[in-house]
Amino acid sequence: MRPFQYMRPEGLDHAGQLLRDGARPIAGGTNLLDLMKLEVEAPDRLVDINRLPLGGIAPTDDGGVRIGALVTNSACAADLQIRRDYPVLARAILAGATFQLRNMATTGGNLCQRTRCYYFTNIDQPCNKRQPGSGCGAIGGHNRIHAILGASDACIATYPGDMAVALAALHADVEIERPDGTSRTVPVRTFHRLPGDTPDLDNVLEAGEVITAVILPPPAGGTQLYRKVRDRSSYAFALVSVAAVVRMDGDTIGSAALAFGGLAHKPWHDPRVEQLLAGQRPSDALFHQAADLLLEDAEGQGENDFKIPLTRRTLLASLREATGGAA
Amino acid sequence: MQLTINGTAHEFTGDPRTSLLDFLRDGCGLTGTKKGCDHGQCGACTVLVNGQRVNSCLTLAIMQDGHAVTTIEGIGTPDALDPLQAAFVRHDGYQCGYCTPGQICSAKGMLAEAANGWASFVSDNLEGQVELSAEEIRERMSGNLCRCGAYSNIVDAITEAMQAEKVGAA
Repeated sequence: MRPFQYMRPEGLDHAGQLLRDGARPIAGGTNLLDLMKLEVEAPDRLVDINRLPLGGIAPTDDGGVRIGALVTNSACAADLQIRRDYPVLARAILAGATFQLRNMATTGGNLCQRTRCYYFTNIDQPCNKRQPGSGCGAIGGHNRIHAILGASDACIATYPGDMAVALAALHADVEIERPDGTSRTVPVRTFHRLPGDTPDLDNVLEAGEVITAVILPPPAGGTQLYRKVRDRSSYAFALVSVAAVVRMDGDTIGSAALAFGGLAHKPWHDPRVEQLLAGQRPSDALFHQAADLLLEDAEGQGENDFKIPLTRRTLLASLREATGGAA
Repeated sequence: MQLTINGTAHEFTGDPRTSLLDFLRDGCGLTGTKKGCDHGQCGACTVLVNGQRVNSCLTLAIMQDGHAVTTIEGIGTPDALDPLQAAFVRHDGYQCGYCTPGQICSAKGMLAEAANGWASFVSDNLEGQVELSAEEIRERMSGNLCRCGAYSNIVDAITEAMQAEKVGAA
């Protein structure tokens, strides 16, 4: 690990100033310290934000829930209101990592976790995300875990998390404090970026900005599920995952909010698919149409070609379960 | 900066790069906590911080300012084993023993989580009372690897210790 200066900010403003000047924030540290040991990350200043008042889960005025950025993944999944009203979120969190890691990992940090692309985490390999302009080893290389949607010629990495996929299905917002003390909110659905020609940027956070909370809208109700397909039954990243929040209106689908993990540089969503399903009677024919639309532009890279049929099957299984078992 | 380890105050003045794991082993001589992968994948370094199990390799000692750490040295004694330790001995919950301190700290944390009603990935019901079936134990202990493959005996040991605790509490 490269040497760094360890700092504790006096408050949120001070943290923003330090971060604007190029320091890196550390909260749970489970991803950042791992990457620092590999020298994938080599910050010269580390700002420990754990003592900032960014904890707590509290109701919002409009009937939603505000989850502080420093709330651990364990605490979020264990919260009684989250379990009751936002089960897809609790399920997604419990599907990721281990209890030890979730006891440290935070809500804000989880959003900012970095790709597990083999080339990104190996400093002897080319990677446009880690070192812009060095090339992409995964294109034409080993790419079993890589993107089938939204990739670019510069990067085919995937966003690895589970929590953010559920948040995308729930239409949650990210609350961000700017260094000048003002704040802004960004929908989780647009917080992460597609790689384009700047894959070094994972998300829309700007220098000096700090995530202060995740805001959940009022409970959506309906059937909520998180289906994760992975190489082993525990403690593995998603090859494909689906977060679904489906409300039935009699025999027809009232609404279906869907988000997908393991497919792209961000939690993937496709409003066209959600529109296609709304107001329709559930059937496998309909679900195949949804998969056709979702995967219209899907492109395999060789080793990850299997993800295209796997995504179709996972979507079908999720929709059957969420709508009560159409055949 | 100061932290409490097994009830004793320790000063940390070292390189900020020092992981909690390295501080425990090299700074405090508490070599019961093991370094396996050093990347949070194997769980050999599991300790309890403020009662919760964590990977001590993935946190810096300096970040634990003011916190209370429990390592395997703080659980039971050779003359008075913790029920989990006794059960691991009885059930051969190890071969080489390298993962055992992490397994036992992890199991300690797991029992507390279950008592607090925390669900897991395999729980049917997110809100119900937690019953630690073998399936639940396997899922909840999946952050602790055993290269000798003593898993079935580890599950048996934890199950027995848990039942003994219930009988004791009743």
